[in-house]
Amino acid sequence: MKKLALYLWAATAIAVAAFAGVVYFTSGGPPQPAIGGPFKLKSQTGETVDSAVLKGKPYALFFGFTHCPEVCPTTMVDMAALLAKLGPEAKGFKVYFVSVDPERDTPAVLRDYLASFEPHVVGLTGTPDEIAAVAKAFRAYYRKTPLEGGDYTMDHSAFVYLMGKDGGFRNVIGYQEKPDRALEKLKTLIEKG
Amino acid sequence: MKIVLEASLAALLLAGAAGLAHAGDIALERPWSRATPANAPVGAGYVTLKNTGAAADKLVSATSDVAGKVEVHEMTMDNGVMKMRPTAGVEIPAGKSVELKPGGYHIMFMQLKQQLKAGDTVKGVLTFEKAGAMPVEFKVEAMAGGESGHKAH
Repeated sequence: MKKLALYLWAATAIAVAAFAGVVYFTSGGPPQPAIGGPFKLKSQTGETVDSAVLKGKPYALFFGFTHCPEVCPTTMVDMAALLAKLGPEAKGFKVYFVSVDPERDTPAVLRDYLASFEPHVVGLTGTPDEIAAVAKAFRAYYRKTPLEGGDYTMDHSAFVYLMGKDGGFRNVIGYQEKPDRALEKLKTLIEKG
Repeated sequence: MKIVLEASLAALLLAGAAGLAHAGDIALERPWSRATPANAPVGAGYVTLKNTGAAADKLVSATSDVAGKVEVHEMTMDNGVMKMRPTAGVEIPAGKSVELKPGGYHIMFMQLKQQLKAGDTVKGVLTFEKAGAMPVEFKVEAMAGGESGHKAH
């Protein structure tokens, strides 16, 4: 059963990747309602973040984990740089960092880790089932990969999802996408919601 | 840079004197690391491995003072999915250079004992099949750093 779920996710990951490719080249195309969905997770301060209360404000969402040496911190730094470039326009804009490693990423761990990126980054974690449901809704892929000595790492989708004020999917920013292009996408999201 | 090279050379000579190095002709160029968020459990080190010798060599393992465990990993992006795997070794063909860099091979610092801050130096040892153990000092750059300098390759 678990294996089947993994295969399904692998398939959706490929679908998302293909779709992301399409979005990438037809940036500004019609919104795709099939990506994203309601979620209710715990923030790094232990508060519950309900996607329902995010309505009215566009936001960005990223799946990552704290035992991530490169993609996760780099993406957070890149997003901070983009938001800084947008200046006052981006005031109050939030980037949600959803942990795909809830076993290790408790709210306290996320709080420490994200202190370097606050205040615009909100860490979210939950039970493994809650995380699985959110990832599925966003068609994000993640998988635990064992390392020697009982350690493990996570494979995970590395997109930044741009979500509109109605909670609907607008666009993605790919890992290390050209800053100009990423900025344009973010600007469009913030301006048009 | 020159200092690093000389240090590496000195290390090689020392290692040679100690009988550790054999036919190794590896130079470590521009070892660097990236600052980590506070309490980050992991970090990464990058360096260009230059093989000036006539035989291939292989980076087989690494250690560092700042980490409880160090592995050589390879990162790949596969259809937008980031994957990271330990590698059995990084082969450096004779007369060639292999760059450990973001998006590819990296020295993975696990069980990080301290936050890596820009300006710090991370000491470690890289062990090669032929060249033996070579000390290395990774210069820690800002978290956003390395973007322009290292992406240009």
